[in-house]
Amino acid sequence: MLKYLGKRFFQLVVVAFVISVLVFLLVRILPGSPAQVILGSSYTKEAAAQLNAQLGLNHSLIIQYWDWILNIFHGNFGQSYINNETVAHELATGAPIDLELIILSQIVAFAVSIPLALTTSRRPNRWFDNVSTTGTFGMLALPPFVIAPIMVAIFAVNLKWFPATGEVPFTQAPLTNLHDFILPSLAITAGSIAVYYRLLRSDLIATLQEDFITMARSKGLSNRTIMLRHAFRPSTFSLMAAAGINIGGLLAGTFIVEYLFAIPGLGYTLVVAVNQRDYLVVQGITLVVALAYVVLQFIIDFLFTVVDPRVIRE
Amino acid sequence: MPNDRELDATNNTEAVLTDHYPGMAAIDETILNLETDAISPDGEVLKRPFGPLFWVAIGWVSLIILLAILANLLPLQNPNYGNYNILNAGPSLQHWLGTDDLGRDLFSRIVFGSRVSLVVGFGATFISIVAGGTLGLLSGYKGGALDSTMNAASFIILAFPAIIAVIALVAVWAPPNLWKITLILGVGTIPLMYRVIRATTLAFANRDFVVAAKTMGATTPRILFREILPNVVPIGVTFGLISVAGLIVLEGSLAFLGLSVPLPTPSWGNMIAEGSNNGLLSINPLIMMWPALSMFLLLLSINLIGDRLRQRLDVREGLL
Repeated sequence: MLKYLGKRFFQLVVVAFVISVLVFLLVRILPGSPAQVILGSSYTKEAAAQLNAQLGLNHSLIIQYWDWILNIFHGNFGQSYINNETVAHELATGAPIDLELIILSQIVAFAVSIPLALTTSRRPNRWFDNVSTTGTFGMLALPPFVIAPIMVAIFAVNLKWFPATGEVPFTQAPLTNLHDFILPSLAITAGSIAVYYRLLRSDLIATLQEDFITMARSKGLSNRTIMLRHAFRPSTFSLMAAAGINIGGLLAGTFIVEYLFAIPGLGYTLVVAVNQRDYLVVQGITLVVALAYVVLQFIIDFLFTVVDPRVIRE
Repeated sequence: MPNDRELDATNNTEAVLTDHYPGMAAIDETILNLETDAISPDGEVLKRPFGPLFWVAIGWVSLIILLAILANLLPLQNPNYGNYNILNAGPSLQHWLGTDDLGRDLFSRIVFGSRVSLVVGFGATFISIVAGGTLGLLSGYKGGALDSTMNAASFIILAFPAIIAVIALVAVWAPPNLWKITLILGVGTIPLMYRVIRATTLAFANRDFVVAAKTMGATTPRILFREILPNVVPIGVTFGLISVAGLIVLEGSLAFLGLSVPLPTPSWGNMIAEGSNNGLLSINPLIMMWPALSMFLLLLSINLIGDRLRQRLDVREGLL
């Protein structure tokens, strides 16, 4: 167990290192130097040299990278060129919003897909199964940038049930905040529901043909017990793998809805920073999100060992 | 062939269990599940009928492709010409889908806008299949140090969340245009296609007909292109379709964020973004609705075609 996790952790560190180097180099190959961006029209060679010395950009790439990483370990991601906020502050205000959106959408996705799959897999190809399967197939063709504006048009503009833009911080008014987040998080849920439902359904159908299910039936156990206690757990393997990849992909969805609803999460901040060429912010957010994604994969791998201990026996 | 299926199932579990890299188990599981039913020469493959919906979907995609190719020859209005006398008009004989807030013809913008989605979706997939497929074939068949290096590299690249990487690259290589976006997304998809093709090649590399060809003295290119490639193609096509849909979504997301082909060139993504801005949703929701509907129907059709092909080829549904 420890050996397995240690190996995984070593891989995690290697991947994290490579990602940090890539992010670092990305900013260095950008056309135009940070000095040009900061000084703008007052750009002179002397001023640029002075600023480069001030920012430590006159050192070699290796020393620059070392300084940057060392600073990050001290929680210092640098400063935005545009509004002088520290990047750490941008991250601290943005990340909780993305997290809340993702958690809310995943609660809905699991709450819909798991009971639905448990119901339909018992009687595949009946009418209810066909309706659900067709419905989720349609959901796969509704990416957030398509479904979100439609939901705004119907529920915010016409019915006026929800605000079209903006949000109140959770700490100020939790209920208003949750209400504001209903539309954005529902908009990124559709794809997750479809993926989870389809995977769990096909895995459940396969599990239900196993001998131990026949055994459970012949013991006279109720369908409820068979589905929940016997069939569900062995069928969640692909579901968990999918959730890991999907939650990483959800970041794209949160970017879209944050942009549409003008919620200042990481995605919104990143897109604004890209448009303003605010490189240190781009660098910081890219690094943190990429690392979060890798760590998430690590956690999922750990969960595999809990659900199916055979994983360790390589 | 129940025996083969059972064998596949055990192989597949082993593949997941022995996978060494974080988070990639799912992809490998999918790929290694493909296995051999698609090629079994004894004709035992279960041929399911495609069904009428499949042909409707084929027809719809063909129609959109045809319109996009012939857009310049058709009697369409200039997609960027604004007639200020008819702003936000509803559908009529002159303007089949109505006009937008600048008096531009929405039907013409939808037709010209489809070009962006189609070029990026199919173009980027083509790039990734040619490059990733070649690398995958070579590395899967040859093995050795090259294989393990490329394999590890593909894992690390795939550990990067796609949207972040693409946003950063678009920022580096400004200003965006159709060809840059296609190239960025195409190159970005190479590692994924590489993994798919490599895993499939591995499944065939030691099969009897390949060994037979080898003992008969066939050259490596001959074995790769005449023996292995024909068996890899069905899987390449199925995953190619999945990737077309995925890339159309990615381009649409970029366009929605204003990071793809810039205005005034119409694309479905930037039309949806335009129609959702500035309170236009309450004045003229059609500006957003038409491209959203077009996008939905195109993705639905591509998904349906891919799904039926996958059933026909008995490629197990997966996570990609």
